[in-house]
Amino acid sequence: MSLSLIQNFHSSFRKTAFLAIQQTRNYMKLPNIFEKNEEQTKFDFTQTNYKKIDEILRKYPTDKKSSAIIPLLHLVQEQEGWVSRAAMNKVSNIVCCPPTQVYEVATFYTMFNKKPIGKHHIEVCTCTPCMLRGGNDILRTLEDKLGIDCGNTTTDGKFQLSEVECQGACANAPVIVIDGQFYEDLKTDDVLKIVEQVGQGKQPKSGPQSSRKASEPVNGKTTLKGKPTGPVAKDDL
Amino acid sequence: MLSIIKAHRTSLKSLQKITSTQFTKTLVSQVGQRFYGDLKDSDRVFTNLYGDHDWKIQGAIKRGDWYKTKNIIEKGKKYIIDEIKASGLRGRGGAGFPTGLKWSFMPQNSDKTSYLVINADEGEPGTCKDREIMRHDPQKLIEGCLLAGYAMNCRAAYIYIRGEFKETQKRLEEAIQEAYKEGMIGKNACKTGYDFDIYVHPGAGAYVCGEETALIESLEGKAGKPRIKPPFPPQYGLWGCPTNVNNVETIASCPTILRRGSSWYNSFGRKNNHGTKLFSISGHVNNPCVVEEEMGIPLKDLIEKHAGGVIGGWDNLLAVIPGGSSTPVIPKQICQDVLMDYDSLADAKTSLGTGAVIVMDKSTDIIKAIARLAHFYHHESCGQCIPCREGTAYLNAIMDRLVLGVANKNEIQYLKDIVAAMKGTTVCALAEAAALPIEGLLRHFNDEVMKRIKEIN
Repeated sequence: MSLSLIQNFHSSFRKTAFLAIQQTRNYMKLPNIFEKNEEQTKFDFTQTNYKKIDEILRKYPTDKKSSAIIPLLHLVQEQEGWVSRAAMNKVSNIVCCPPTQVYEVATFYTMFNKKPIGKHHIEVCTCTPCMLRGGNDILRTLEDKLGIDCGNTTTDGKFQLSEVECQGACANAPVIVIDGQFYEDLKTDDVLKIVEQVGQGKQPKSGPQSSRKASEPVNGKTTLKGKPTGPVAKDDL
Repeated sequence: MLSIIKAHRTSLKSLQKITSTQFTKTLVSQVGQRFYGDLKDSDRVFTNLYGDHDWKIQGAIKRGDWYKTKNIIEKGKKYIIDEIKASGLRGRGGAGFPTGLKWSFMPQNSDKTSYLVINADEGEPGTCKDREIMRHDPQKLIEGCLLAGYAMNCRAAYIYIRGEFKETQKRLEEAIQEAYKEGMIGKNACKTGYDFDIYVHPGAGAYVCGEETALIESLEGKAGKPRIKPPFPPQYGLWGCPTNVNNVETIASCPTILRRGSSWYNSFGRKNNHGTKLFSISGHVNNPCVVEEEMGIPLKDLIEKHAGGVIGGWDNLLAVIPGGSSTPVIPKQICQDVLMDYDSLADAKTSLGTGAVIVMDKSTDIIKAIARLAHFYHHESCGQCIPCREGTAYLNAIMDRLVLGVANKNEIQYLKDIVAAMKGTTVCALAEAAALPIEGLLRHFNDEVMKRIKEIN
C-alpha cells in the first residue's frame, strides 16, 4: 500500500518536475544542446590524433588528466568541425572524468560548436574597436554576399557566418577570421575577394590586407627603424 | 637630473590636494620640466615588435636574449625578486599590482609543487600587444618564464593562450621546442642544475578566463568561473598548489630588466609608474599601431607621434578609452593633458588598464560605442554571481534602448542604480568592468544621452 503510494508520488512528482523544466525552457528559450546533437552517435579519433592526444596528456600530471578536456575538444573540432555528444563521451573516457564535466566545459566556452556548421566558418568581429573602423559594414557585406543572416549556414553548406567578440587584433581592425586564419585591415572589396577565393578552395594570404606586415604604423615606422643592437648587460653580471 | 626628479616629487606632493582636472593641467606645466615619452630605440625592451627580424632562437640570441641568463640565475632567488621590486615594474595586464611584491608572496619552502601561469588570454577589446610579443619575440617570454619560475621556485610554467590565436600558439610551441633543443629550458636549464618545463594550454573563447582564478579553473579542465578569494593563488592555486599568474608583457620584460639592471628601468616614467609599456592604439586614428613607449607619455603625444593623429585632426576628437574596454571613457578636454600612466589616469577617474587606447572622433555615436561594450560584457559574464549575470543583461537592454533613444528619462537613474549595485558585490571584477564604461559615459556625456532621449520623445 505505502510502497505504491510512494511510487505514485514519485512518478507524479517526476512528471510535474519534467513539465516545469519544459515550461521554463520554453519560457526562457533555453537551447537544448543535445537536440541536434543526437545525430552523431559514434565518434573516434583518427590514429594521428591519438598520437597528438598522448602528447597533450604528457603536459599534465598523471592524476590531473581532466586538464586536457579543452585541448581534446579542440582536437575533436579540428577533426569533425563540431563537437557531438558522442565525442564528448569519448573525451570523458580518455581523461577519466564524468561525462557531465565535459558537457559543462563544452557548453561554457563559445568556441566549441555544439551543432554541425558550414564547411568554412567566417567569424566577423564587431566589437567597439572593429565597429569604429567599419566592422558592421563588413558583416553586412558578407550577409549580402552569402545571402544569409548572421549565425546561419548557406544552403550549400559551404559557409557559416557568425558575429564574434574581440579577436585581439584591434590595431589591425576590422578583422575577420576564416577557419582560424586572421584577415586584418579589411575593406569591403577585400572581404569579397577573400570569401570568393576560400569558396574556390584556395587559401588567400592571411594577415593584414594593407601594405603593412604586422601592427606597425601603415605610413612607415615611428620606432625601431634601425638594426637592433646586440646583447646589453650591466657590468656586475 | 636629480634635482628635476626632486622637484617633481615635491610638486607631486603639493598637487595631491588639487582636484583631478586641475591636477592634470598643472601637471603638464609644472612637471613639464622633464618630458616623458622620447624613448630611444636602444632602450626598448621589445626589439622585434613588428616581426622585421628573425623570430627564431638564433635571431633572438643575436638581439640579446638568453645573454648571461645563467649569471642572473646564479645570483640567487632573492636577488631576482629584489631587482624586480626595485625596478618598479607593475603588472601589465590591467590591475597594475607591483610584480616583485606579487612574486614575494610565493612560499619558498612549500612541500607542494609550485607553478607559474602566464596569462596570455588577451581578450579585452582594444588590446593586441601580447599577440605581437608571442609571435615576434617568443624567446623573451620563454626566458622570462625561466627567470620568474626560478625566483619563485616553480617546477613548470603553463602559458594559457586564448583559443583564437591558433597560429600564434603554433609559433609559440615551436619556439619552446627550440629552447628545449638549445638546452635553455628543460632538464638542467641553462646548465644551472635547475629543471624547468614550459607548456602551452589553449583556452576556448571565454573573456572571463583572463581573471586569474577563472584561468586556473579553466586550466584544471572546468568551466572558467572565478573562485572566491582568499585563499589567493599563491596559497591555493592550480590543482591546489602555490601558483602565480602573470601577464605576458610583465614576464617578457623581466629578462631585460634583470640584464640591464633595475636602475635602468627605474629611470623611465614618473614615481610609482616606472618603465616602458606597449600601447595598442586603435579606432579613429590615421595609423593604428602597437608601439612601445615610456610610461607617462602624454596621451596627445602618443596619438600624434605614433598613430598619425586623430582622423580629421586633434579638434575632431570626441573621446578616448585609455586602457581597454573596461576603463571609463574620457572626453577631449581631459585627453589634452592626461599622461599615460597609472596615477595620472587614476586622477582622471579612469585607468591605464592594458594600455589599449581606443580613439573616437566626432563622427562616432558614443552611446552606441559604449552600448556595444555593454553587449560584450553581457555575452562574457560567466553567470556565477547574480549582480553580474542580471546586471549586465539589464545594462545591455537599457543601453540598446538608449541608442535608439526610446528609453525613458527614469532609466538613466536605473542605470546609475544598477552600476552602483554591481560594484564590489561579485567574486571577480568583471561586473565592475561592465559597469565602469557606462559610469564614464554618464559622467562625461550625460548631455548627449539626454539629447538623444529628447530627440525621439
